Amino acid sequence: MKEIVRVAAGQGFWGDDLDAPRRQVEGGQIDYLMLDYLAEVTMSILQKQKERDPTLGYARDFVGAMESVLPAVLDRGVKVVANAGGVNPRACAEAVRSVGAQRRGSKLRIGVVTGDDLLGRLDDLIAHGHPLANMETGEPLSSVRERVLSANAYIGSEPIVEALHGGANVVITGRSTDTALTMAPLRHEFGWGAESWDQLAAGIVAGHIIECGAQCSGGNCLYDWKSIPDLANVGYPLVEARADGTFVVTKHPGTGGRVSVPTIKEQLVYEMGDPHSYITPDVIADFTTIRLAQDGEDRVLVSGIRGKPPTDKLKVSVAYRAGFKAVGTLVYVWPEALEKAQAADRILRERLDRLGLEFDRILTEFVGANATHGALAGDRRDAPEVQLRFGVRSTDRTAVERFTREIAPLVLNGPPSVTGFAGGRPKVEEIVAYWPALIDKSVVKPKVEIIS
Amino acid sequence: MKVRLLDIAHARSGDKGDTANVGVIALQPRWYDVLEQFVTRSKVADHFRGMIDGDVERYELPNLNALNFLLHGALDGGGTLSLKTDAQGKVYSTALLRMVIDVPDAEAKRLELPAAK
Repeated sequence: MKEIVRVAAGQGFWGDDLDAPRRQVEGGQIDYLMLDYLAEVTMSILQKQKERDPTLGYARDFVGAMESVLPAVLDRGVKVVANAGGVNPRACAEAVRSVGAQRRGSKLRIGVVTGDDLLGRLDDLIAHGHPLANMETGEPLSSVRERVLSANAYIGSEPIVEALHGGANVVITGRSTDTALTMAPLRHEFGWGAESWDQLAAGIVAGHIIECGAQCSGGNCLYDWKSIPDLANVGYPLVEARADGTFVVTKHPGTGGRVSVPTIKEQLVYEMGDPHSYITPDVIADFTTIRLAQDGEDRVLVSGIRGKPPTDKLKVSVAYRAGFKAVGTLVYVWPEALEKAQAADRILRERLDRLGLEFDRILTEFVGANATHGALAGDRRDAPEVQLRFGVRSTDRTAVERFTREIAPLVLNGPPSVTGFAGGRPKVEEIVAYWPALIDKSVVKPKVEIIS
Repeated sequence: MKVRLLDIAHARSGDKGDTANVGVIALQPRWYDVLEQFVTRSKVADHFRGMIDGDVERYELPNLNALNFLLHGALDGGGTLSLKTDAQGKVYSTALLRMVIDVPDAEAKRLELPAAK
């Protein structure tokens, strides 16, 4: 058994720095490269792509990432674990295989994890007493069933461990939990059992810390932000883990950013619910047991983590069509910038009203005055400029489209000192909304195959 | 003595559906007790009155010198439904740091808390 296993994060979401995976394998010694591509609504975007072309439906950035790290995988034995498969993990594996095939003597063994995709089974599941009720509203999924675009269960570490055990050096999953991508390699290397609650929980905490990439190593860090060096060359994080569940978070030497107790604390509280119960398919981690200590420059030692058995449910992420929206903006300028923007807002509302358009929601914000902090921002009547930001939402596409024609006229027929309209008419956007639900674990059966 | 949270804490926020979470972390470990004592659930609910539609929950993480607040109904429906600039609650963090709390003078002096300007 290795004494220390190093898992490095190379991607915090689909759209993250394309060069980060290569820098992670070249910047120092690592055993695993972990790439997280899936946010809540990513699956529905991928489902739409797959409907247009059955060979798509996965995070295509991953193919480029694999190309850039191929020498490390083939020559130095670095393994890659990624949830890049989206709604089509097999097609993703095929694309990666063709990248590997370009190198002679290539020894890629690609583990493909499927079984998370519930879209084709939805009617059957609902008919058999799985209402997939919305966790926030309690509504059954049947109320939006005909508008569903994708439905995936969040699956845990077991199928990834199985793929690694089967000799895979690249593991591609669909909707795995982000944290399982980090925990599974540790579980595989250290042989943690299915009831090693504290170690499994430690692996989950390690995953939570690095799953957002550089957001734990100096990016988006409020604490002493001006002193954080060289964010242009920010080092993405890695964990050096031991079999007892303790680990050090660090980054490669010579990179920018910072790994310190405050940067790790900020990431730990990010998107946190009840800290006593961070629920995953494998284990419930207790974030109130985490101990942090600075362990040299850009090194934080994490220890003390306790875990407990998980529930018998899996979370399901459903995406469904939920109408249309558009947001238009204009910039009003001093003097009395805010009052001008407020006058324009009143005029716009009156005109929309007169047109008889129905909206489910209209929201006005005054950017530069109160858009993000509301009344807490205080009196901003003397602001040099204020952006009027006017958004509408409706299930009626024509109403939203009609709204988009009402912004530009204000430039000549509304309040004065207005600018910033060069972008043209706002775009109408279809809303794909997120429906969180739970399902019995027993009905979701992940499958693993290995392609070489 | 009046103390502004920005001078004694840092914070990060995020989203889960229509709920924003704000983790607020004492800048010095010994200041955590001040957060725990004075940044109460009801004070935070008052602070955000008019900005959020739902309840506020508070959790304590003394191990991280931090409190975690859940602000329900904070994101105009949340996710892609929201029309807000801050649809994912990324900057509720600094909105909470605007809060001013009233700490008894003796305690403020003992802990060397910076006074609000």
